[in-house]
Amino acid sequence: MTESKLLIKDKQIVVPGEELAQGMDYLPSTGSYRDANSIVSQLLGLVRIDGKVIKIVPLTGQYMPKRNDVVVAQVSDVTYSAWSLKTFSPYQAMLSMKEATSEYIEKGADLTKFYGIGDYVVVKITNVTSQKLIDVTMKGPGLRKLRKGRIIKVNSNKVPRIIGKQGSMVGIVKQHTLTQITVGQNGIVWIYGEDPKMENLAETAIRKIEAESHTDGLTGKIEEWLQTEVKK
Amino acid sequence: MILNQEMKQHIIDSLKKGVRFDGRKNDDFREVNVEYDVAPSAEGSARVTIGDTIVLAGVKLGLEKPYPDTPDSGMLMVNAEFMPMASPEFESGPPSIASIELARVVDRGIRESGAIDVKKLCIEAGEKAWSVGIDVITINDGGNLMDAAALAALAALKATKFPKVKKDGSIDYKEKTKDSLPLVKEPISVTAHLIGDQILVDPSVEEEQSSDARITAAALDDKTICALQKGGERALSEEEIDQMLTLSLKKAAELRKRL
Repeated sequence: MTESKLLIKDKQIVVPGEELAQGMDYLPSTGSYRDANSIVSQLLGLVRIDGKVIKIVPLTGQYMPKRNDVVVAQVSDVTYSAWSLKTFSPYQAMLSMKEATSEYIEKGADLTKFYGIGDYVVVKITNVTSQKLIDVTMKGPGLRKLRKGRIIKVNSNKVPRIIGKQGSMVGIVKQHTLTQITVGQNGIVWIYGEDPKMENLAETAIRKIEAESHTDGLTGKIEEWLQTEVKK
Repeated sequence: MILNQEMKQHIIDSLKKGVRFDGRKNDDFREVNVEYDVAPSAEGSARVTIGDTIVLAGVKLGLEKPYPDTPDSGMLMVNAEFMPMASPEFESGPPSIASIELARVVDRGIRESGAIDVKKLCIEAGEKAWSVGIDVITINDGGNLMDAAALAALAALKATKFPKVKKDGSIDYKEKTKDSLPLVKEPISVTAHLIGDQILVDPSVEEEQSSDARITAAALDDKTICALQKGGERALSEEEIDQMLTLSLKKAAELRKRL
């Protein structure tokens, strides 16, 4: 058998169909697959090599719901016993009465009194069935209805960068702009600030992080940028 | 993004503090861009972008029998379509009220200003005249479709060249002549919105949702207003109308430079 060899470098941008490695020593992971003797990319994205595993981090693409993801969703319909939510993915989510609130809801009560159509809520995905039916809950820390503020949409693949390691990136933005920010894994971001100018700055900062997400040392750069912008 | 009442109020509150969500001033337009001749199969076409909003307009010319009440005039028709790709809120199927309104506002601006000298479009009174069909297609709705559509329609008219007419009277659409449309006036439409107590132009989608009232005014370069359209639920005072029209006229003069 031929010797295994890597054809790309770590963090290199690859396109679908590009051969990443040859030989049986490497393993495909998310975004890559094995084709006979080689590993081939499935996506446009950055390569991450972790030992023998080759993974692709996509640069773009639609959000796909995953269990335990915290997302910002919008109420699209209110039924007799549940709320139907738009998750900004190809699938709808259902929020049952039991999962929505710990309050006692009388039989036949008007559910729009809790959440009406158009309201944004922070929910956690508890289950995604094979038919892509999504169950969500609002029981948990930080899961709530969003009031006031603004909603922006960002590329959901950039969300990990926007949040940063243990929330460091979004923490910096919040700290400098004195705003409240909730970033959903589905790329929906909620920003609220007492000072609308600061709210604008927070949005610009998030857009900046989204645009420059592939660069190194971004946290430092963003902090520096925010410091000069806040003084203006 | 569809907003609920509380979020709309948040927009109104920050406008009161003098801040728009994208940091513009109330009388600022986003970047406006006009491209001509984008669709070679049309006799004239233009693509207008205002920020994220993209609108395409195309002009088709045909030879038809004039309407019996205006036997010596050419015809004008405007059709607008809200493509589902432009916004998650637009659906395919029969035209929505908003798309009919858009077509009518564009039509009225061109028709009532007398932009096209329709008499010159007549070839034989009562028998044959040119018909001008303007198709407006929304590519992306980033707010303010009204002004973008009106600008695109006018730009497309400016770029229009008559096709060649064969000896048997039929039209050879593959060959264009050098003759332009008899465009004698250039109406520019600008919509002013009243949100809370603030008057602004070129709203984003979110601002449009929070808008209480709007007035679209089509004006000529000598500031003659030739068409008006009021929308939104709130009634306007004389003073508010005055302020809105003043702003519209001022911005129309600026937009005119983009053509």
